Amino acid sequence: MIKVEKMKIEQQTEIAKNIYEIRLKGDLVSEIKMPGQFVHIKVNSANDPLLRRPISISSYDKREQTMTLIYRASGLGTRELVNQTDEIDVMGPLGSGFPVETAQGKTAILIGGGIGVPPLYECSKQLKAKGFNVIHVLGFESKETVFYEAAFKELGPVYVTTADGTYGTKGFVTNAITEFNLQADVFYACGPVPMLGAVEQQLSHMPGFISMEQRMGCGIGACLACVCQVNGPEPYKKVCTDGPVFRKGELVYG
Amino acid sequence: MDKLSVSLPGLDLKNPVMPASGCFGFGREYSQFYDLSLLGSIMVKATTLEQRMGNPVPRVAETSSGMLNAIGLQNPGLEKVINTELPWLEQFDLPVIANVAGSMTEDYVEVARHISKVHNVKALELNISCPNVKEGGIAFGTDPQTARELTKQVKAVSSVPVYVKLSPNVANITEMALAVEEGGADGLTMINTLVGMRLDHKTGKPVIANKTGGLSGPAIKPVALRMVYEVSQVSSLPIIAMGGISSAWDVIDFISAGASAAAVGTANFVNPFVCKEIIDELPRILNELGAAHIHDLKGRSWKVGEIANHRA
Repeated sequence: MIKVEKMKIEQQTEIAKNIYEIRLKGDLVSEIKMPGQFVHIKVNSANDPLLRRPISISSYDKREQTMTLIYRASGLGTRELVNQTDEIDVMGPLGSGFPVETAQGKTAILIGGGIGVPPLYECSKQLKAKGFNVIHVLGFESKETVFYEAAFKELGPVYVTTADGTYGTKGFVTNAITEFNLQADVFYACGPVPMLGAVEQQLSHMPGFISMEQRMGCGIGACLACVCQVNGPEPYKKVCTDGPVFRKGELVYG
Repeated sequence: MDKLSVSLPGLDLKNPVMPASGCFGFGREYSQFYDLSLLGSIMVKATTLEQRMGNPVPRVAETSSGMLNAIGLQNPGLEKVINTELPWLEQFDLPVIANVAGSMTEDYVEVARHISKVHNVKALELNISCPNVKEGGIAFGTDPQTARELTKQVKAVSSVPVYVKLSPNVANITEMALAVEEGGADGLTMINTLVGMRLDHKTGKPVIANKTGGLSGPAIKPVALRMVYEVSQVSSLPIIAMGGISSAWDVIDFISAGASAAAVGTANFVNPFVCKEIIDELPRILNELGAAHIHDLKGRSWKVGEIANHRA
């Protein structure tokens, strides 16, 4: 069930350059079904910025009724969010996430790019708990924007890439997959659309799941703003409700 | 609740508040939040003769206190709307206003002929003002003669009253209102979105794939209010107003400007409960203003004598 709730901000920290981790507490957490779901946040009570902001859930603890989000403070809305200290208007959980429950195989490779990295953390935790060997390939712009490397290392091997080569492998996540000849039974990916297309092509030999991002209006499927092109009888699906996670092969990259 | 009831051609409304077309789908998504029977009415997503896939993405962009959209009338088409969406809405005690769109006159007429016969459809909203489609839409809504003729033809086949949705993207909106009134319209809905644009700071290119989009949200309320104020003084048709409404006081403003009812658009995206909250809030405001019925406030912005009476 989707809730709209004023959630308490328990903690907010800058964990890399312009990257913030925020921990929220509230009843809404009890409704989260799977890693990869997201919430829609009203960053202030004013009309500017007007719309809510979709932010993926990085991890959650149902017992403690807390969830952690990681976001990049890059635009008007997210910069407003940085200033909030008390409580925040949250709608969620939204969308369908990574289907960890039905995952098949022994080894999973999780591939994240930039602000697409966060939802993979809960996904990795749950895969690990299910007995999977989890391999992580995390791509960032530069050394100063790298985050959660240590947290992922506790779950399995981590390969970091930076576009400018200031840390880890220089280049993109696909470079690291090739360089280290990483093999798995299934992949999970989240990041910029060009990265998702490249990963899907590179790992076409294994099943996988892709978390898509798109500009969003309502977040619940009514406005039809966040559609993405898919293969099949219906050319479009809605990222907010049909996704954000799609099966490999479903998406058409323009 | 009686102080909110409103009677319009084809529509006996419990209250004058309804979601605007294109901002509420066919109601399914928002029914997760509250009982849709609370609403005065529902203006459902535009319906075209055939299924439409709409425009490429990105389709939305935020602006100061507003939003640009270029969805492009994506909808499942007349047959599916009649067989699936409208029957689903029958579970609610809710008169439906069906938004009719098309590329040419024959499309509008065909959609209107069939959709107006559906049991829970109590009125049509003729969409001659969508700024985001190349054919039809705004092309019909900016020329008085074309709008008059289209209204006449749709009116001839419709089984229910026809409201025409006016575009703000014209030099003289009263001329358009009078033209569709001559064409036989039973009411007006106004306004649709204003054509706008946003550029990416870094590349200098339009943010929306369609290049231009329709501006909505609180940013357009002053424009909508002015247009309702002007049209309500020259046309005898009832007006359902929309344009930046996000609170009960916004509804009062539009009623004061001459509207008979109000529709909420973009605000639903920000607060899914907004229509319900407005309906809950209105009686308190009427008490505060000393109004026995919401229509006691209708047109008070230009009825100078009556303003004096209210103050007395």
